[in-house]
Order: sequence, then structure tokens, then C-alpha cells
Amino acid sequence: MANRILAGTRKGLFILKPDGRGWTVERTAFLGSPVPAVLHDGRDGTLYASLDLGHFGGKLHRSDDFGESWQEVAAPAYPKAGEGTDGDSLKLLWTLEAGGPGQKGTLWAGTIPGGLFVSRDRGETWALNEPLWNVPERARWFGGGYDKPGIHSVLVDPRDENRITVGVSCGGVWLTEDGGRSWEIRTRGMRAPYMPPDLAEDGAIQDPHRVVQCPGKPEGYWIQHHGGIFRSTDDLENWQDVPSMGPSIFGFAVAVHPKDPETAWFAPAIKDEFRYPVDGKFVVTRTRDGGRTTQVLSDGLPQASSYDLVYRHGLDVDETGDGLAMGSTSGGVWTSADAGDSWTLLPDRLPPVYAVRFTTA
Amino acid sequence: MARMFFTQHLRRLVPHEPVEVTGATLRAALDDLFRQLPALRSYVLDDQGRLRQHVCAFVDDERIDFSGTLDCKVAPESEIYVMQALSGGKTWPIAFSPEPGKGSSS
Repeated sequence: MANRILAGTRKGLFILKPDGRGWTVERTAFLGSPVPAVLHDGRDGTLYASLDLGHFGGKLHRSDDFGESWQEVAAPAYPKAGEGTDGDSLKLLWTLEAGGPGQKGTLWAGTIPGGLFVSRDRGETWALNEPLWNVPERARWFGGGYDKPGIHSVLVDPRDENRITVGVSCGGVWLTEDGGRSWEIRTRGMRAPYMPPDLAEDGAIQDPHRVVQCPGKPEGYWIQHHGGIFRSTDDLENWQDVPSMGPSIFGFAVAVHPKDPETAWFAPAIKDEFRYPVDGKFVVTRTRDGGRTTQVLSDGLPQASSYDLVYRHGLDVDETGDGLAMGSTSGGVWTSADAGDSWTLLPDRLPPVYAVRFTTA
Repeated sequence: MARMFFTQHLRRLVPHEPVEVTGATLRAALDDLFRQLPALRSYVLDDQGRLRQHVCAFVDDERIDFSGTLDCKVAPESEIYVMQALSGGKTWPIAFSPEPGKGSSS
């Protein structure tokens, strides 16, 4: 059972451990520096943290002793462009995922400005995935919240490590079934209300804020999209719109139950131009039946004057499906041991939270 | 040899300054710098080998930024400063503390 929470924040990495009543800060690293992504690789125990050093760029650090000490390793770098052309450069290492169980040392990195990178040696070296970088539709991708498009979700299929799904803001959902040699867009059913009507169903402009896949029933996926909530029950062949869910269907984060693809959680906010909880009441929405009915969960969450927004990597569920962790832009971290029915606030005030992840130390 | 000085934010990577470098241009001086301190390269230059968008250099008080050329002349007595450009940037560049690269228990 998960016994640590990794929280990447605006001012460092915080590792939380259970303290009998709830969770407490066990260890910190990189204090002062933004940590947008963190990964604990269950295959070999390595801990990775991506840093966004602003003026000095995106960096990657690795720890072999669960954060006691760290070593800087190579960050993904974009290939040199030809003479006289304006080449790309890493803006943000936004998400890090481990490859399949049989691919020890393989890591996938989703980045801004839109490159997917792979490392086969624990981050010592990286290569841009050229087939995805070269899809013609990439010309229609654009930035969502950042100047350039970015890959925030990389899902390595538990059935087949060569089947990988990525989510791009704004650039749709892409699937490879051959380890990254070829890619297909998988957005049938998605709709983007922020586009002119004739372009609203263009796959390459969709803004899936976060894509998740049910590990126990991998044909089931959920998306918190810029324009609402979508789910797929048929391995990405189709997406169904979930038109209503509690106070709002706008948000960034989604978590899916590890075994039951009908169950998912969201952290809603007033849509788009406001981005804070409806009426200042911070809630989590949950469905247990694929979006047909919704529970609005508020026990333990602030119900007045809350301006907490949960970013796309800020909500996680543990391997039992009962443990939840959630971090907000106001630095609150809440945990639940009962699938969201009740929540406990971490007593420590953290910096604005970018990402939370359960893991086992 | 030209002498290079650095913003305090890079102190973790440049423990002692000035760093003495050879080279007739800023590009050559930086190449010599990165031979001495390889980890510094990705902090000063972007993936395309340009000065980072929010880093600037001063060569004998002449400001060079990411849009400029690295081919400006450097003399043996030149002083080169590598600074963070106070031009923005989504985040504030803060070096790790108190001891770089080490976690701390609480």
C-alpha cells in the first residue's frame, strides 16, 4: 500500500509520510525551485524530479536513495536546427513516466514545446520521438496556458509497453501501438467549444487537460478537457461527452479508479476565464457509474472563500482506489482514505502545488 | 586571459570566480568556460546554443542577449559578466538551498 506522497511545488519537492492520524512532511529537496514533475520508478526505486529554473531552463535530477541525495542528469534537449532556422529549446519538462516492466531504465518525458522524449538509461541521455514530432497535424497544435504546446500525459499501457497514449495541450490525444514508431490521433467524439464551430471537432486542436487510463481495465480512459469531461470505454476508438457533473465540468485534474473504469474523480472550477471553485466552495466530484450520476464531495474541504485550483497533475489515487491526494494552487494538500467521502487537510502550508503522486518508499 | 563573473544564482555551479578563459570571441570564451565547467552549459545556453532567453552577458559592459550574436570580440583583458536578464521569466531563478542537491529531514 502506498506509504508516501510526493508533492512537486512552486518552491521545491515535499515527501509526505503517514503519521498515524494523517500525513506529515518527511523530507524536502530543491527548496526555492519549482518542481513541476516527479516520478518514483517502481522498477528500480529511482526517484526523479524535474526542475523549472526559469532563467536557467528545465533540469532533471535523480536520486538512488529516495531523496537523501540527488544527482543532476541530462534533461531532454531538442535537436539542433539547421543553419539560419529558429530551432526549439526545452521550456518545461512537464511529465515523467516509467516505461514498461520489461524496459528497466526506460523513461518517457512530455515537454513544452511539444516534444515527447525517451531515455533508455535512467535519464543519462534522451532522444526526441521524431515520428510524433513530425506528424503533419503538429502544425495545428498551439499552446494552452503556455506559449507553446505541451505533452502532459504519457500513459504506458499495462497490457503492452509498446502501446502508449499521450495527451497534448493543445494537440489532441495520440496513440502508438509500436513503441513510438508511428502515431494515430484518437479524438473521435471530442469537441472544443473554444474554437470556431467548423473547427470544434478537429482532433489536432483539442485541449485534453489531463488523460488517465484505468490500470485494471486498460480499455477505459477519462479526460478532463478544456471544454468538459470525456470518457472512452473502447480503447480510444470513441470518446463520450459527460455533459454534467456537479457544479462544473471545467477543471484540470482527473483520477480514475485503479480497477473500476466507471469510477473517476475531478476537481471542478468555474470555467475558463475565472478558474476557482464555484461560489468559493471547494469540492471534488466523483462518479461511480461512468458519469451517469455524480457525488459532490465536500466533507473536510473549505466551503467558503476557497480559491484553490487543482492543476492537472494535482490529484492522484492510490492502488487500492480508496486513498486520494490533492494539492492546490493555494498550497493546501488534502488526503482521503475513503475514496473522497471525507478529506483531511495537511497541517503544513505548502507552496502552490503542481503535482502529487502516491508511491511506496 | 579574459575573466568571467557570474550571477550569484549560478554559484552552485561556479564556486570560485572569476573564471579565466581564452578566446577571441564570446562564443570561444564560453566554449573554454564549458570545457572547464561542463555542467554550466545548459544553464547559460539553450538547446540551440543561443544565450538563454532570460540570460544575458556583458562583455566590457556591452550587453549581449539571446537575440544577439556570440561573435562579439573579447580581448585578453576583457571582463565578461553572465547575469540573469531581469526581463521576466515565468519563474524566479533561485539556487537550491541550503546545501545544493541534498535533501533535508524535518
